[in-house]
Amino acid sequence: MKFLAYLVSGISLGSIYAIIALGYTMVYGIAKMLNFAHGDVIMVGGYISFLAATNLGLPVLLSVLVAMVFCTVLGIVIEGLAYRPLRSAPSLAVLITAIGVSYFLQNAALLIFGANPKAYTPVVSGTLKLFDGQLSISYVSIVTVICCIVIMLALTAFTGKTRMGKAMRACSEDKGAAQLMGINVNRTISLTFAIGSALAAVAGALLCSFSPTLMPTTGSMPGIKAFTAAVFGGIGSIPGAFIGGILLGVIEALGRAYISTQLSNSIVFAVLIIILLVRPAGLLGKRTQEKV
Amino acid sequence: MMLKAENLNVYYGPIHAVKGVSFEVNEGEVVTLIGANGAGKSTSLKTVSGLMRSRGGAIEFMGKSIASTPAHKIVELGIAHVPEGRRIFTSMTVEENLDMGAFTVRGGNIDADKERVFEQFPRLKERRKQIAGTLSGGEQQMLAMGRALMSHPKLLMLDEPSMGLAPILVEQVFDIIAALHKAGTTILLVEQNAEMALSIADRAYVMETGRITFSGTGKELAASEDVQKAYLGG
Repeated sequence: MKFLAYLVSGISLGSIYAIIALGYTMVYGIAKMLNFAHGDVIMVGGYISFLAATNLGLPVLLSVLVAMVFCTVLGIVIEGLAYRPLRSAPSLAVLITAIGVSYFLQNAALLIFGANPKAYTPVVSGTLKLFDGQLSISYVSIVTVICCIVIMLALTAFTGKTRMGKAMRACSEDKGAAQLMGINVNRTISLTFAIGSALAAVAGALLCSFSPTLMPTTGSMPGIKAFTAAVFGGIGSIPGAFIGGILLGVIEALGRAYISTQLSNSIVFAVLIIILLVRPAGLLGKRTQEKV
Repeated sequence: MMLKAENLNVYYGPIHAVKGVSFEVNEGEVVTLIGANGAGKSTSLKTVSGLMRSRGGAIEFMGKSIASTPAHKIVELGIAHVPEGRRIFTSMTVEENLDMGAFTVRGGNIDADKERVFEQFPRLKERRKQIAGTLSGGEQQMLAMGRALMSHPKLLMLDEPSMGLAPILVEQVFDIIAALHKAGTTILLVEQNAEMALSIADRAYVMETGRITFSGTGKELAASEDVQKAYLGG
């Protein structure tokens, strides 16, 4: 029964990683850049939903919605101001810029909200008791897993079926050819950042519901882990990010329970290294062969 | 006149790839740019479709300047560019590639357009659900051309459609180009296979290291001794 409890907590933690990883992987797939500021957008989403709920007294759902709108705009602004001017620059320049944006967001949050942790009120409270109370699952966990699955399915449908979704895939494969189809590449990249950042806001609210302390650095570790999850599953792949996130969460939870609490992060990254040694493209990484 | 490019000067960093090139295409014509590798043919096409920019000079399409129009808008105006190396979306299905070709078509009947393309390229119909990257080189060329036709282009620009294809497929591709021409499509064709290109072209320009060195009707150039010597191995 204990194992089951650890597993459930791993799956729900993993669902958060998966939601963040989906943002990472979509942006990487299309802009071919690692947006290291993604984790900090999560933190901003956390603060905005916190402020909307506590200072404005908005209901939970509405406060998360406000955070999503704010982060969407933030994502578009970051892309337009920081990354777009570097579109033809070497990828290292873009990477360094992303790290810069990450520090900028953390320090801006430090300046505005201060270093003291805020006590975040979970989006849903209460726990579900099963097996005569032997297994308790918080409603937050359930909501998180459902959110994650819905988001994954929605993104799969969007990129698979819709005109703009297919345009995203076209841009991800060949921007020049996409332009020759009449696709506005800049607008498509903006849209991708918008979607990724809105997801980050959702992840922020869920993350803070799990560990209810909100600080300017709240987003960095989950951000890095979600990045790991995206690589783990095969960066650029939507189902890969989902599977990678869940697996990472489960490995972390089980590692913490059965091996060592202190070493749980090390275990996560050790697994990443092993997977990449065996499958360099990740679990579901693309390895398309091109005929000429 | 449908397309008029005047005094194009295009650079790759410090390299001056296209040096004061001018050419024009009239409605209903097949015009070809021929010349050796690196002569600036593909760069000239890329400049027309907006992927590259000319320093100075002018490009007019249907009487409108397009020299600073973004590439994705140029497609909407009616220029479709089948790029060198085909550049199909290899991880998408054949049908999705055609959908992308129709990206600028709004409110039209895309399914009917697809059927029209499938009529022209029956192989694509058989493989409509197949991932495009698994097609053979010839099929990929057909797909690239079919994809371009989905946007209802007034001007179709083809960059080395015969590249890397077996001789029998080269002939097929040129038959298709001839058929498109007959159906009224205006075509600007870049080719290294000068003999084939001249055989179907109304007019031709010969390019050499970034400049146009000869121009004339397809027949004139095919008969010209200089061109024969330089490009046709005669």
